[in-house]
Amino acid sequence: MTVSTLLKTAPKAGFENPVLEAQAVFRALMNAQAKPGTLQSLADIKLSPPAPLNKAATAIILCLCDYDTPIWLDDKLANSPEVASYIRFHCNAPITQHRHEAAFAFISEPEKLATLEGFAIGTGEYPDRSTTVVLCQKSLNHAQSVQLQGPGIQTSQSFAPSCVPAFFWRQIQENHQFYPLGIDVLFAADEQIAALPRSTKVIIEEQ
Amino acid sequence: MSTSPKNTQSFNEHYNFAYLDEQTKRMIRRAILKGIAIPGYQVPFASREMPMPYGWGTGGVQLTAAVIGDKDILKVIDQGSDDTTNAVALRDFFKQTTGVSTTTSTKEATLIQTRHRIPEAPLNGDQVLIYQVPIPEPLRFLEPRETETRKMHALEEYGLMHVKLYEDIAHFGHISTTYAYPVMVNSRYVMDPSPIPKFDNPKMHQMPALQLFGAGREKRIYAIPPYTDVVSLDFEDHPFTPQEFSEPCALCAAENVYLDEVILDDKGSRMFVCSDSDYCEGRRAQGHKGHMAADPVHSNELSEA
Repeated sequence: MTVSTLLKTAPKAGFENPVLEAQAVFRALMNAQAKPGTLQSLADIKLSPPAPLNKAATAIILCLCDYDTPIWLDDKLANSPEVASYIRFHCNAPITQHRHEAAFAFISEPEKLATLEGFAIGTGEYPDRSTTVVLCQKSLNHAQSVQLQGPGIQTSQSFAPSCVPAFFWRQIQENHQFYPLGIDVLFAADEQIAALPRSTKVIIEEQ
Repeated sequence: MSTSPKNTQSFNEHYNFAYLDEQTKRMIRRAILKGIAIPGYQVPFASREMPMPYGWGTGGVQLTAAVIGDKDILKVIDQGSDDTTNAVALRDFFKQTTGVSTTTSTKEATLIQTRHRIPEAPLNGDQVLIYQVPIPEPLRFLEPRETETRKMHALEEYGLMHVKLYEDIAHFGHISTTYAYPVMVNSRYVMDPSPIPKFDNPKMHQMPALQLFGAGREKRIYAIPPYTDVVSLDFEDHPFTPQEFSEPCALCAAENVYLDEVILDDKGSRMFVCSDSDYCEGRRAQGHKGHMAADPVHSNELSEA
């Protein structure tokens, strides 16, 4: 194998400054989780994400995933050798076929997702042993919005992710019914992230 | 690992930024995110041995180390004061390992690590308050087995705690708990607010700032997101009441603040002063003067004489 073919197949670079950029991404994630539905910027982070992952989803992988966190990937990501080698090289995180084993689930095409069921929701004694589901988004300023209420929100917060499957809001409302069990959802648009933790109540506005 | 911090002054390059290694930070960061998603629930984490003994705030230090960045301004208080041993030692620890700016001003700080107090000045939504917690489990003195307390939290079985508070009323006529007074968070989990005086409990309710709690020895992290209901446990006929003080601060004349009692001699004379040193200094700078504050004009005359 020559050097040029090695360079072609080598995984893309991670953070330029792994310590401070991981911290900056985490602070955006922490603020997103603490203030559900608000948009947190990742504009200061430079990354070349492996297709078909977007920048924010890649930043979440680099910030939070390692050998302790099995990752579940949707079909498009699972079929991308570039993504698999990127995760293996940068995080050494195991990739799992089973939703209930996953600490994180990355979904590049949320519209094609059949259901949110099957992911770990934790147990009564350990509700933290649940899956965090990351949905790649085109934008977080879509026209159609829902209202969020709950911890982290003073009165009410409108939230409008662009790419969610038809069943999504109904299943998220069911997820909130299980509180304190349940999945937490992160929304990853290129330059922005937002969060919808299980504690948040979703109110769908009638058209 | 090499770092090239932008806004930080020089710091000890023999350690990673903020002392902890990156894998440890990731583990703590994941626990923080879970803690925020389940307000009041104690998330277990793999607490590390830190370069200070257990009981000196290793839980709070690990949280601060996982959260802090080069643009943060750090304030550390110990029972309200910026200049007691614990506060000075921990502030210096982060100065050495991160090079971030530190402050004693509550308003300027972006991160506030605290031992057993909430600052008197209201916090805003861009600030994070990090508590050092000795014993995170509010039910621990009622039920020593971790397996049982976990089950009690899972089943929302908090009757024992109410019996304990009721027994106080039966014995003393009032609830005698004055610090680490248990609270109900987001109508689900009973939580130990760490040994803050019950005077501070109402400040936790609907606070605009994010509150993080870390217990190093007990290996637990928990959180209260901004604008979350935090209700002190009580009974309809014995409602929760914070401490009240009969006199104002002797140095700055502040009322409705938490006061420390200072013994002045062995004849029983004493003074009550603000526990929050930054708040007290701020008020004195504004010209407020308590009945035992030094009179600058008068003391100048004395020194000249």
